[in-house]
Amino acid sequence: MLIETEPHYRQPLLRTPFHERMRAFSQVDSFIPWSGYSTVDVFSSVEQEYFAIRNGASLYDLTPMVKYRITGPDATRFLDRLVTRSVAKLRPGRVAYALWCDDDGLLIDDGTIFRLDAQEYRLCTGERQLDWLLDSSIGFDVGIDEVTAEIAALALQGPCSCWVLKALGLEGIETLAPFEHRSVKLPDRVAAAGAMAGTAMTVSRTGFTGDLGYELWVDPAQAECLWDGLMEAGQVRTLRPVGSRALNIARLEAGFVLPNVDFVSSAHTLRNGTARSPLELALGWCVDFGKGHFTGRRALLAEQGRPPRRRLVGLDIEGTKPAHNALLYGDHRGRREIGSVTSAAWSPTCKRNIALAMLDAPHFEVGRQVWAEIYLNRELTWERRMVRARVVERPFFAPARRRAMPPGDF
Amino acid sequence: MRVLAPWKRAGNGRRGGDPADVVVVGAGHNGLVAACFLARAGLKVQVLERNPYIGGAAVSRRLYDGFTYSNCSYVCSLLRTEIIRALDLPAHGLQIIPYEGGCTLMRNGGHLALYDNHDALRREIARHSRRDAEAYDRFARDMLRHCKFIKPLLLRAPPDPTSFKPGDLRELLYLGRHFGRGGEERMYETLRFWTLSCADLLDEYFESGIVKAHLAGSSIIGTALGPRSPGTAYVLLHHYMGSIDGTVGAWGFARGGMGAITQALAAALRASGGAIRCDAPVERILTRNGRAAGVVLASGEQIPAKLVVSNMDVRRTFLEAMDPAELPEEFVRRVRHFKIRGSSGKLNLALDGLPRFPAIPAGSPCVRGDLHVTDSIDMLERAYDDWKEGRWSQRPYLDILIPTQIDPTMAPAGKHYMSVFVQYCPYALADGPWTDEKRASFGRTVIDSIAEHSPGFRDLILHAEIRTPHDIEREVGLTEGNIFQGELTFDQLLFNRPIPGYAQYRSPIRGLYLCGSSTHPGGGVMGAPGANAATKILGDLRR
Amino acid sequence: MNASRYDCIVIGAGHNGLTCAAYLARAGRRVLVLEAAEQAGGTAGTREFAPGFRASSCAHLLHLMPGWLLEELRLARHGLRMAAENMPTFALSGAGALRIPTDVDSAAHDLGEADARAFRDYAARMRRLAAALRPLLEAVPPRLGSRAWRDRLTLLGLAAKLRLLGRADMRELLRIAGMCVQDLLDEHFQSPLLKGALAFDAVLGTNLGPRSPGSVFTLLYRLAAGSGAAASLAQPVGGLGALTAALAQAAKAAGAELRLAAPVARVIVTEDSAAGVLLGSGERLEAGCVVSSADPTTTFLRLLGAEHLDAGFVRRVSHLRTQGMTAKLHLALQSMPRFRALAGAEPTGRMVFASSLRAVEQAFNDAKYGRFSAAPLLEVIVPTAVDPGLAPAGRHVLSAVVQYAPYRIAGGWEGQREQFLDTILQTLEAHAPGLRDSVCAAELLTPQDIETQFRVSGGHWHHAELALDQFFMVRPVAGAAQYRAPVRGLFLCGAGCHPGGGVMGLAGRNAARQVLAQAA
Repeated sequence: MLIETEPHYRQPLLRTPFHERMRAFSQVDSFIPWSGYSTVDVFSSVEQEYFAIRNGASLYDLTPMVKYRITGPDATRFLDRLVTRSVAKLRPGRVAYALWCDDDGLLIDDGTIFRLDAQEYRLCTGERQLDWLLDSSIGFDVGIDEVTAEIAALALQGPCSCWVLKALGLEGIETLAPFEHRSVKLPDRVAAAGAMAGTAMTVSRTGFTGDLGYELWVDPAQAECLWDGLMEAGQVRTLRPVGSRALNIARLEAGFVLPNVDFVSSAHTLRNGTARSPLELALGWCVDFGKGHFTGRRALLAEQGRPPRRRLVGLDIEGTKPAHNALLYGDHRGRREIGSVTSAAWSPTCKRNIALAMLDAPHFEVGRQVWAEIYLNRELTWERRMVRARVVERPFFAPARRRAMPPGDF
Repeated sequence: MRVLAPWKRAGNGRRGGDPADVVVVGAGHNGLVAACFLARAGLKVQVLERNPYIGGAAVSRRLYDGFTYSNCSYVCSLLRTEIIRALDLPAHGLQIIPYEGGCTLMRNGGHLALYDNHDALRREIARHSRRDAEAYDRFARDMLRHCKFIKPLLLRAPPDPTSFKPGDLRELLYLGRHFGRGGEERMYETLRFWTLSCADLLDEYFESGIVKAHLAGSSIIGTALGPRSPGTAYVLLHHYMGSIDGTVGAWGFARGGMGAITQALAAALRASGGAIRCDAPVERILTRNGRAAGVVLASGEQIPAKLVVSNMDVRRTFLEAMDPAELPEEFVRRVRHFKIRGSSGKLNLALDGLPRFPAIPAGSPCVRGDLHVTDSIDMLERAYDDWKEGRWSQRPYLDILIPTQIDPTMAPAGKHYMSVFVQYCPYALADGPWTDEKRASFGRTVIDSIAEHSPGFRDLILHAEIRTPHDIEREVGLTEGNIFQGELTFDQLLFNRPIPGYAQYRSPIRGLYLCGSSTHPGGGVMGAPGANAATKILGDLRR
Repeated sequence: MNASRYDCIVIGAGHNGLTCAAYLARAGRRVLVLEAAEQAGGTAGTREFAPGFRASSCAHLLHLMPGWLLEELRLARHGLRMAAENMPTFALSGAGALRIPTDVDSAAHDLGEADARAFRDYAARMRRLAAALRPLLEAVPPRLGSRAWRDRLTLLGLAAKLRLLGRADMRELLRIAGMCVQDLLDEHFQSPLLKGALAFDAVLGTNLGPRSPGSVFTLLYRLAAGSGAAASLAQPVGGLGALTAALAQAAKAAGAELRLAAPVARVIVTEDSAAGVLLGSGERLEAGCVVSSADPTTTFLRLLGAEHLDAGFVRRVSHLRTQGMTAKLHLALQSMPRFRALAGAEPTGRMVFASSLRAVEQAFNDAKYGRFSAAPLLEVIVPTAVDPGLAPAGRHVLSAVVQYAPYRIAGGWEGQREQFLDTILQTLEAHAPGLRDSVCAAELLTPQDIETQFRVSGGHWHHAELALDQFFMVRPVAGAAQYRAPVRGLFLCGAGCHPGGGVMGLAGRNAARQVLAQAA
């Protein structure tokens, strides 16, 4: 029920129900496209927004996240054939991070699966997947509908996020465990007055920051009221909206991979050998070979039987300059190329120069030293540096509060 | 010895000397490309053109006061970037400007537009089918994969698979490696793709009839096949494999009309010391002791030359400009069997203003792209059935462009030039030869078709040039008016084009070469046949 | 050991299933063949379509099965006898009949001098090309990019065979393989009737017209397959069912069991391996491997189930073109039909009703838009002319293959079957006056009937359209072209596999080879 003010050929990007609110907060007018919607890259300052995530509470507009409603007698079987981990084991009320591959065991995309009921699921992904989902549904009695525009979503993340929800009036929300979701009633004082829309809201204890946090799913008609209610409730805990840039630092600290950054979907590759398998992305923990057949299983089993060729690792890099797109070498002269950096940032919390990188065997073992080629801009005079880097464990930052039960107030 | 492709080496300027080293018959774009590369290699090149103007099928003609028509080919994409750069055509005045998207108009008032912006495109296709909106990405990806496979083959002479010569074996090996590079699965996909029909190909992606109809247009342009005929998937790809500034599949206008391409080539040729003579129709290619020796003009004038390069199609070259008795019997038989079928017509219209298309929403940029008139694959197929029966399509497929919305040079301000490509129109009608009345009636069919979608269209027409395949043959010299100088069916592609055993631009007569679109990789204003022929010639001369 | 455990279960007792079973049993495997119908034979069976009148169910002539296969399985000993061999083909038109020369040297006296000469050259060349393609049909398709010596050897062998054709023939093969049959015939011949009849052979059983590129390929396929047959155009005594009966006998003699009326509901998969089948009755049968002669769509999507397959593979299976274009007509006749064009001679040969290329193309035009041909093309035989046992004394059977009859027809086949039958009878009546009145029973099998009665989804005689994009290494789909399904222990042996249908038996024989290689 999003209002289309301009036809698509004039304004190709849709606006989320939070657009007007976000525009009011935007100081630098920095919007970027995401899955056909216009979202905020930066509101005012990446650093301040980042610290809202790690220190107080932050709001991030998740609406563009593509959502599918999957229903029918074969919904569980269908999803189990689609993704690499077991969906049958997922109880109603739970959420799971999941991956799906093509026949060759190469990653297409990742996302989260909400089990709403015995025969009803919601699948959330970064990019549209209808073509693959429908082709995957051949032979299954299952209905697949895209409901992206029917559900507005906000990520409320940060150590104070539980406190903010309680302040909003969500009683008992502290009993919600990580990877659980629950339907709650939007408090009357927040809900749109006399709105025809329902006042039900789904809260899930999920997020992309590796911190304490929630995601809120609501009827678009309630979106602005929810936003206003949260902002008001969170005022004393410095709740502020954050853009994608700040979130990206947080997710990197948490060690999460990002499609089209750390891997390219095998649905998009033109060249042979550029797509990656979950095993190469060190996401083997998401692959359940014991659950029965899923797309890519035979290819992944075969891959598992071979010595690994490359793997995604965490890097701790000397110096303070983020190693964006740096090529990696086995020697400091740069003679043997052994991989490249996929994401990099200075971690303001860890005070380390961190990165995710794809490294060839055998360099991906934790503790190995590699060299990163970094270009430094010295007042438009460019310098090339070979910098030491060490393969380290991920995540880079994993505070205990993210899983605490019940969560603390800060 | 390996010969460096001519576009990879620096020109070493002109060279003096008397009779021409090379006579190029026909100043079409391929003849001029070949001439340019030969002249730059230091040969003395004489291009002969039978018309009073150069360009062949890439021309800008002033047939009505103040208007410039691209009256044959009308859009540009396939012209190889390597050629544009090597010959420095922009310095000689060539500007290619991409246009955005396009649109298909349906009889029920519906439309489907294609936009450059990915999100706009997705939302547009989703109006017809949400699934197709996403399947389009898979389609585009697969077409790009096929392009990636075929692109490196365009500027290479196809090897003879029956030959044991080191050059052929090396080239076959290259082909094999290149084929294998995509991995096992894509090898199978490539194998399947080459023989699929366009309709079957599109069925593997789309459910919406209009989406399929829009995309199927490219699979029949210039082709005497319907979208359900196997092999038309390749024709579709043939129209996809061009690019503008790195955007694969993009099409654009040459500023000033398609003649700008040949004018720039002519300027480049003159700068390299080559010469062009117009009004010089070649009557016969001369041979002496089984070698090409020059040409005789219709006037009787003899022009001796060591080499003759023919930009004419294979039938015209060997059956009309030569005495078949000079050629091997089997070769002549093959030439006679080479399929050059006229299947396309063209209308060039001078308009008093911009026509209205109520189906296209106000402000949509798609009107500046190519407008198709069709409803479904079935309608395209029925249009083909008409052609088979020797009549022009009663509901033809139209590809309409109004370049003057982008190009300010082609018509007075406020007035417009409209190019209408028509598929299908037969070369030979079942009910007797083409006459002026029949041509006019053909024109009416097309204009009525447009007027169905554009009220008041007829009143805008200031001047109309109606061209049947017959007219195209007569004026441009393309046999049967076939725009590709030969059907792009797999029995006439790669090492089969034009004649098995003669796919490397040579002929049974030493010193006589082909450089037109009859040769690999075919037509579409690509320039590749001309460039490849030049490479072969320079290789044979050990230059 | 479990008593009901077999080494191999073969699904379907058609000619490919039985051939496969016979080879497996001969190699010492414990084989069980399961057939859903009450009798064996599948589309290569003989059916009683009217009391006392019998006809071959779908295919009605034997001309593609390799002679060595008949001998290896000793089918003659198992009861296979021929009522007629090397039957002549007559192209019939209103004007007369043209006997199509079967042999390069046979006098082509019906043809004009130019066509007769052209035919000699044409036939000789096509025969050479067919012979060169023959090993392709018998080979197990190799995998591309494979490092296995067997795959490489197969590819090299085929390339060598091509080279050995010599330069001229190799060039011709590479040129015409993708061409349309109309262009090829126009290059050679004048006679419209000859061209029509030859084009008919090219388009029979396909979704192609004579102007469709790829129709030379289907012709070459037919010639290549026929080039290894024991005899051209033969009619077994008792119809094609006699062939499958002999095959069944051969399989049983080698120790295979055959169970009729035992439809398979599912293939049982444990640990990603086929472990047996579940019958429609609920009975479970265990086996080391399962070989399915059902069509690929049925095998993969119904018997196995998409959940055991990768989604991309299923997508490819769903893109298979499986819709039939060919119908079958059986007529019970009071008396011997008299064809005007044969001038009183008994119709002991094969008669083709396709008067010209244009007639074939126009018949195809209808089919493109979901209509049956208003002037259908027919391949007619009167089996009782050489095998009187198929009908009560003095009565006769006419069997006709009818092209084009689309699987999906605008408005649906119900209600239009009678119309189509009437159209066909009109065509026949025009050639054989009085035939209509002589009809005492008629049966018309449309592709939809073939689908339901013979469990071939799409009702296509070849299970999947025989075209270059569904041939050899990509038949039925990439990833299953070596007769192996992605699930271990499941094999395909039906017409949907290389080299296709047409009562050849090679798919069954090749599949058996693969099963045995796997076990070894």
